[in-house]
Amino acid sequence: MSPRAACRLELLGFTQVYDYVAGKADWLAHGLPTEGEQTQVPRAKDVLRRDAVTARPEEPVGVVAARVARSPYGFALVVANDGTLLGRLRKAMLDADQAARAEQVMEAGPSTVRADRPLAELAERLRSRRLRTAIVTTPQGRLLGVVQRADMEARLGGQP
Amino acid sequence: MATRIDLAQLRELLDKGAQLVEVLPAAEYTEEHLPGAINLPLKQLDPSTAAQLDPARPVIVYCWDSL
Repeated sequence: MSPRAACRLELLGFTQVYDYVAGKADWLAHGLPTEGEQTQVPRAKDVLRRDAVTARPEEPVGVVAARVARSPYGFALVVANDGTLLGRLRKAMLDADQAARAEQVMEAGPSTVRADRPLAELAERLRSRRLRTAIVTTPQGRLLGVVQRADMEARLGGQP
Repeated sequence: MATRIDLAQLRELLDKGAQLVEVLPAAEYTEEHLPGAINLPLKQLDPSTAAQLDPARPVIVYCWDSL
C-alpha cells in the first residue's frame, strides 16, 4: 500500500517522498513507542530486560561463566559484533569445558519473540511450555533483551 | 520513484524534520501509529488531503509492512 501512496504523492507534485517499506510492523517489533488506543495493551517491550549477559562467539566459556555468576541470570546469549543473536549458553554448557569457545558449545538458533507480542499471550505461551524466559530480537535477529515470566505475571496483575 | 528506506534512515529523516504519513485506513491509525504520524489513507489521498503536507519538506509514507 505504501508504494502506491508514495507514487500518488509524487504525481501530486511532491519531490521528496520516501517509503518506509517495513512499516508499522517493523517499528513495533523493535519495541519502539507508539501512539493510539492500542498502546494500553501490555506488550513484551514493557517488561523487557536489557541486562542479560551476552558473550562474543570467540570468548572462552570460563570467562562468560564468571560474568553469568555475577548476574541474576543462569544463561548467556552469544551475539555477533552487530548484535545478531547466534546462540545461547545454558547452565550446563557454562559448567562444562571452561576453555572452549562460546560458539563451540552454544545452542545455536534459540527461539525468539518480537517486542510487540502481547504480554498475556506470551505469558501463556511460556506457562504452557514451562519456560521462564523468552529472548526478544528485532525482525532482523538483533538482540533486544529478555523477558521473564515472573515480570509478565506481575505486570498482568498477579495472574498465575 | 520514491526512495525505499529502513528504520535507521527513517530516524535520520525524522531528525531532519521529515513528515510522517500513515496511509492505512483511519481505524488502524486510531488503534496505533508511529509517534507524530498523520493519517492520510490511500483511498483518500488526493490534492485536497495532501494539502496538509508541506511540499518543501521530505514526506515518509508507511503502511503495515512490505506485503
